[in-house]
Amino acid sequence: MTTEPSEETTAAWAETAVREAGHLHRPTREDQVLERIERARRGKARIREELITLAHGAGGKATHTLIEAVFLEAFRNPLLEPLADGAVTDDLAITTDSYVVKPLFFPGGDIGDLAVNGTVNDLAMCGATPRHLTASFILEEGLPIADLRRITASMAAAAHAAGVHIVTGDTKVVENGKADGCYITTAGIGALDRGATLSAASVTPGDAVIVSGPIGDHGMTIMLARGELDLEAHLTSDTAPLHDLTGRLLAACGDAVRCLRDATRGGVATVLNEIAAASRTCVVLDENAVPVRPQVRGACELLGIDPLYVACEGRMVAVVAPHRADAALDALRSHPLGADAALIGRAGDDPPGLVLLKTCFGGTRIVDLLVGDPLPRIC
Amino acid sequence: MRFVDEYRDAGQARALSAQMAALCRPGHTYKFMEVCGGHTHTIYKHGLEDYLPEAVTLIHGPGCPVCVIPMGRLDDAIHIAEQPGVIMTSFGDMMRVPGGRGSFLDAKARGADIRMVYSPLDALKIARQNPGRRVVFMAIGFETTAPSTAMTVLRAEAEGIHNFSVFCNHVTIIPAIKAILDSPDLHLDGFIGPGHVSAVIGCRPYEFIAHTYGKPLVVTGFEPLDVLRSVYQILTQLAHGRSQVENQYARVVPWNGNPKALNAISRVMELRPYFEWRGLGSISHSALKMTEKYAAYDAERIFHIPGVRVADPKACQCGEVLKGVLKPWECKVFGTACTPETPIGTCMVSSEGACAAYYNFGRFSRQRVKEATSP
Repeated sequence: MTTEPSEETTAAWAETAVREAGHLHRPTREDQVLERIERARRGKARIREELITLAHGAGGKATHTLIEAVFLEAFRNPLLEPLADGAVTDDLAITTDSYVVKPLFFPGGDIGDLAVNGTVNDLAMCGATPRHLTASFILEEGLPIADLRRITASMAAAAHAAGVHIVTGDTKVVENGKADGCYITTAGIGALDRGATLSAASVTPGDAVIVSGPIGDHGMTIMLARGELDLEAHLTSDTAPLHDLTGRLLAACGDAVRCLRDATRGGVATVLNEIAAASRTCVVLDENAVPVRPQVRGACELLGIDPLYVACEGRMVAVVAPHRADAALDALRSHPLGADAALIGRAGDDPPGLVLLKTCFGGTRIVDLLVGDPLPRIC
Repeated sequence: MRFVDEYRDAGQARALSAQMAALCRPGHTYKFMEVCGGHTHTIYKHGLEDYLPEAVTLIHGPGCPVCVIPMGRLDDAIHIAEQPGVIMTSFGDMMRVPGGRGSFLDAKARGADIRMVYSPLDALKIARQNPGRRVVFMAIGFETTAPSTAMTVLRAEAEGIHNFSVFCNHVTIIPAIKAILDSPDLHLDGFIGPGHVSAVIGCRPYEFIAHTYGKPLVVTGFEPLDVLRSVYQILTQLAHGRSQVENQYARVVPWNGNPKALNAISRVMELRPYFEWRGLGSISHSALKMTEKYAAYDAERIFHIPGVRVADPKACQCGEVLKGVLKPWECKVFGTACTPETPIGTCMVSSEGACAAYYNFGRFSRQRVKEATSP
């Protein structure tokens, strides 16, 4: 035993000792370095930058550090602490989200239906039935009223489809150049009438990891719609309300559903990292089983971007107890939004807190949180 | 997907794995360097080490364009970006690289106008759209990206665009390989040669490695089977006592390179007498600068850059990692003080950097995973 017990709490030290005693091989120097890194990663989040940079908004490690070191420190309370898509209190779920997409209109949707569906989905991921939404608008001087009408029309249509009303709101106008046309913040409340308690921490080794459909459509659509890449593909955003799909899943599997997460910013990889960290399990994915449309795969391949990190706006990850995995897949596939649902992996126990990928090539690698946005490669 | 799936066949990989094992002499170990960061990325992204014989160790070389930029050059670039009226443009990979006074992202947060572009032509477009501003392109990379920088300068000249310039940090691969071969602390048995660089310079420039230094070199593509095949080819050469330059990537790399691209480079750029490489120190004739004729497009001449040499942080062992003397995890600060979110060294920034590739993809014990996933 050559690790440094002084740096660890007794419990963690004992845990390490027990694990190592169970192994036949002696830990190599590399193993010891890996242990040291794992301890450093488990330590308290510290923010080292002095100014906000774009990386803080990308949904990866920098975002997590910002949330934990600034927001959680200031607002700490038991409802906030799980840092889930929404907070659950008694029989209500509450959530809020801001939308700053550029361009405002893109194939398959616009900022309006995104703002409604995103908040509806955050409530659905809490296991709630969405009831009411609020909407706040920050409008840039010079935005065509016709554009705003188009946005509100699609919000109204999305709200109607999701069975919710937008019941209150706010409007601010800022000077030209201070916003990208239009920013929208929506908040929502939903009723918890389905009896399931969902939490990432409840995921246990053996559980099945399911994704509700092909991943990465939304993020790739937006990247191509910006027109900076001189790439074209027939792609549309997957933006859609998921409460009906979650309703069907929860009705079929009830308590066997451990956790639901919509794979928005940061994609499926980020969601799975959050689940692995919260439950101290090791999520092992099978790359061959992850559904990705050929157009998305092609564009990602050209740009050197991993589809696992690309945002979806109408896809979710469901973790289900192993004995109900088939029932969960059947329930999801019975709904048009879940027709291509697939079992993509399982939770294991070692090494805890990591997401591993069995590559289609037969190798194994980590799928880690990104620091900032996924960036196209140079050459 | 065509042109991709056929290079990712697990069955062929298993067959190659067995053939490679058969070529290894019992009791012998082999150290091969993959020069190019793109290969490092492929190796970790696809988990290739699972297929290599235990006797073979891959050493990650200096071929990551972001990793070799010294801190002083980045400080110079930030100095240019902070001049009045300047729009600095850069590849995304460069944005988080730490200099002596923080990164491009930090400078951007302080108010500098720094924009991410996907190619130098995008930077030229920004210059066209902003005639009142001075647009500078932060040019980095080996012979792979130098032609596109050169072509962009030629186009700016043809279109008469005068508010565009290039901060030239292009480097050349051969002197770096030679520096590594001459380094006394490293003993290599062969090289996995760069793919995209060779598409420009061809295979001939490597011949001295095979003839003078007696080391096999195989120019290699970026798909996982490409890399495994090249390891197989190097092992075959060693087993037969040969040392030659071979081209595994003939579907992209012509033996004599791309004369048009080389011509564009030589019209606009010339060799610098010396250039500092991060971690490797000053290497003579290892980088390119703009020629006198194109001085009007040379940011180094237009702006008075401080040009101060900034020493790497003491704890940083990027040099040893770039030379392949240390494995990423053997660096003192790897994964604790130096992580992708707070990089000390450049190897931790780019997705092609050896440290970032290992941290993001390979930071787990293969032994433990084998035990955990076996029934």
